Amino acid sequence: MEGCTASDRSPARIKVADLTLAYGEQIIQRDLSFSIRQGEIFIIMGGSGCGKTTLLKHLIGLLRPNRGKIFYDDRSFWDTPDAERDEIIRRTGILYQSGALWSSLTLAENVALPLAEYTNLTRDAIDEIVSMKLALVGLAGFEDYYPSEISGGMQKRAGLARAMALDPEILFFDEPSAGLDPVSAKRLDDLIVELKESLGTTIVVVTHELASILTIGTDSVFLDNESKTMIAGGHPRKLLNESKDPRIRTFLTRGGGSLD
Amino acid sequence: MATDDPKLEVDLDPSGGLLVHLRGVWVKDQVIPDIRDITNAFQKNHDVQRLSFDSEEIARWDSVLLTFLVKLCRVCNEKGIECDTRGLPDGVLKLIHLAFAVAEAKQIPHESRNRTALYRIGERLLANRANAQKQLYFLGETCLSLSRFFTGRARYRSSDIWLFIEECGPRALPIVTLISVLVGLILAFVGSVQLTMFGAQIYIANLVGLGMAREMGALMTAVIMAGRTGAAFAAQLGSMKVNEEIDALKTMGISPVDFLVLPRIIALVLMMPLLCLYADFMGILGGMLVGVGLLDLSLTEYYTQTEAALAMRDFNVGLFKSAVYGILVAIAGCMRGMDSGRSSAAVGEAATNAVVTGIIWIIVSDAILTVIYNAFGV
Repeated sequence: MEGCTASDRSPARIKVADLTLAYGEQIIQRDLSFSIRQGEIFIIMGGSGCGKTTLLKHLIGLLRPNRGKIFYDDRSFWDTPDAERDEIIRRTGILYQSGALWSSLTLAENVALPLAEYTNLTRDAIDEIVSMKLALVGLAGFEDYYPSEISGGMQKRAGLARAMALDPEILFFDEPSAGLDPVSAKRLDDLIVELKESLGTTIVVVTHELASILTIGTDSVFLDNESKTMIAGGHPRKLLNESKDPRIRTFLTRGGGSLD
Repeated sequence: MATDDPKLEVDLDPSGGLLVHLRGVWVKDQVIPDIRDITNAFQKNHDVQRLSFDSEEIARWDSVLLTFLVKLCRVCNEKGIECDTRGLPDGVLKLIHLAFAVAEAKQIPHESRNRTALYRIGERLLANRANAQKQLYFLGETCLSLSRFFTGRARYRSSDIWLFIEECGPRALPIVTLISVLVGLILAFVGSVQLTMFGAQIYIANLVGLGMAREMGALMTAVIMAGRTGAAFAAQLGSMKVNEEIDALKTMGISPVDFLVLPRIIALVLMMPLLCLYADFMGILGGMLVGVGLLDLSLTEYYTQTEAALAMRDFNVGLFKSAVYGILVAIAGCMRGMDSGRSSAAVGEAATNAVVTGIIWIIVSDAILTVIYNAFGV
């Protein structure tokens, strides 16, 4: 569990093979193949509407792929029985775009729900873990607040506390910095890095926020809107420095072509 | 020798502090040692100034170890004992720093928890007054909006009106048919038991006809529409509020009452009397089924008797009532929707409130109208 640095030798936690995403007849992305390795911060990037969130929804089992396979630790996700699939999903945590906190529950109840459902911890032990998780995201003392009583940034952090409730091995983030001011966004990025380093969690981030991509990302896949497939992958900084593809250059330099 | 169970051992270290050895797997589903094992050691050795850790033999850990250590650190802070965390795994160290990085927000007062009963009663009463004010305000807005509508200055989309007319007219027909035929049947059944005792079965036609036209047709359609359309209005407007769509209208200088409430009220007021008239005939049909089917009346007999019993005035009484109910149901639905909170639970509450308010208003206005009709001998 010690913070391990990403290297090509670390095992793949998620492997995507020849995946095609589609809503009915309309193809969103095709021929996606990549691996997400243990301990990486893996960025799924691309312009608006290119299917980043759709890809994420496929990875976490909300949508069924049109073609191709998704492997979790070498187990094909859609070919395993339902019970096993639930078990795989339970080892992941997801932070939705706007937090997706249950509005009729307090923050503490939100975080406690998965713990109460899936562990046999006592009430007191759950309360302690809940307080600790909220403290980790900087929300100590907000246990009894309802989601509607706190700001958007706080809701997002509370959502992260809930995603981490079961100590997931893989954490998914859908646009973590959307709707946050630069300082809060930076703080959330720092938190993501801290979590990765201290818990060794594998992290998958869907984002188009350049600052996040370049500062926290250690691996990535770039989805293109026009050709409807992935056109690059690898360490985002390396992509910025080495890629010759004008589409990637334009994206990573905000439209300017030169290196910064 | 190495077992998986989480283990704890407390040693006195040579410099006079306590050294805590942590071993094994510290994860959920394991029985975690009690923190008192350490605090007891404090009590035995009063002069302990330092607490340090040895975690070489920890195999795996998760939140459980963290909560244990955070608790321990708190106890140490209270007792003024220095907590030397250097011996802990790197990851744990970082997370503990993170957990203590932001001070607890206890100083922010949080209202309306743990108040006395008296306080709550007072609060409830004040809320009622505010609520009544809001209802009046909304009513006023609606009246202004209606006056703008009649002078042609209201901003709305006429296609919306047609949409709502379809929604609360034709689409409500199946359920109105079912309910009013059944109500006609029930009236006829209940009446027939009494009337056959006098051999006056033929008066079933009067009973059902008058009952439906003057009262039940209007009342039943109103109750159906309160449950069906009033709730839908509240839910639509409530979720628009959650999405900030209503704010968007306001900031564009479009009155949300004109744009959203007005078309709904107009559609429902137009459709309600039509539905009511339809319900009247369906109810009479239901009565006829019982009269002809069970009481051996002929179709012509029943028809002539109904025709003789009913005057246009009886239908008008019911139709006027139903128009009033239409306004009330639409206003109740829209008011609760516009007043909804900004969460999914609040939208559900708004829909429930819309139905309850709608039905209460219907029954109260029914009572008032009946008294007025009676006084004027209508």
